[in-house]
Amino acid sequence: MIGIEHYVVVSSILFVLGVLGIFLNRKNVIVILMAIELILLAVNINLVAFSAFLGDLTGQIFAMFVLTVAAGEAAIGLAILVIYFRGRGTIAVDSVDHLKG
Amino acid sequence: MIQLLAFYLFAALVIAAGAFTILARNPVHSVLWLIVAFFNAAGLMVIVGAEFIAMLLVIVYVGAVAVLFLFVVMMLDIDFAELRAGFIKNFPLGILIAVVLLAELVLGIGAYRAGALELGTPDGTGASLVGRSNIESIGALLYGRYLFLFETAGIILLVALIGAIVLTHRGARAVRGQQNVARQNARKPSEATVNTQPEVGQGVSL
Repeated sequence: MIGIEHYVVVSSILFVLGVLGIFLNRKNVIVILMAIELILLAVNINLVAFSAFLGDLTGQIFAMFVLTVAAGEAAIGLAILVIYFRGRGTIAVDSVDHLKG
Repeated sequence: MIQLLAFYLFAALVIAAGAFTILARNPVHSVLWLIVAFFNAAGLMVIVGAEFIAMLLVIVYVGAVAVLFLFVVMMLDIDFAELRAGFIKNFPLGILIAVVLLAELVLGIGAYRAGALELGTPDGTGASLVGRSNIESIGALLYGRYLFLFETAGIILLVALIGAIVLTHRGARAVRGQQNVARQNARKPSEATVNTQPEVGQGVSL
């Protein structure tokens, strides 16, 4: 029978894949954003699985809020990407130093 | 039995799709693999009975976010081969960090299996799943106890909407040959033209 561990293992692997994606594609900010989406998906799977196995719907409500923030983050991130591309003609983000921080 | 089979199918596919998302050479393929991953994650959620979140995942991610990614990838003229230059160089560090992170997570799951962690039991204050359908109880909870959080989520989406528009808006550019109808109609021949009879060699003063 499927237990909570099965879901935790799947979401752990997905989370690690997302982190790995950020490190592997350090220049390509589009893939970095997609890796962040993978991480948030792993979090959502975890929330929903615990919600179902503990019999408490709060986890699913929280997953919805995570979904909301993820959608907003993707929209803002891609908007910043578009204006960055307009200014520099590339999206290589490994040398972003406009602000000289 | 069929449940177990479906779980392993969806789990294997979601992990494979996630791996292909980060490894694909072409970002368009990455987006398509991401869509596959979201579909299979929705399948995983259906198995445990969270139909509403599963449908939301398909509608919001596949219908909106993935299409947004596709638009941006295809709209910008990007040399993707150049962006992959550091892939091999970053590989050892990335694998190292991933292995360390996975080891920590495995330790955590092992601690749970050994009985070191208590998940706790529902104390009755949380909304229970029994009796009503999934979407009905989510609706009751969302428009009841979590009403203010729900509205805050709406405000976050509004801010994201306005932010994205403000960031990418270029402003009204002056269009060449723009017509001002009122000024055009108010023009009279007496203002626009003048009859002169200059002396030879004198010229006209404007």
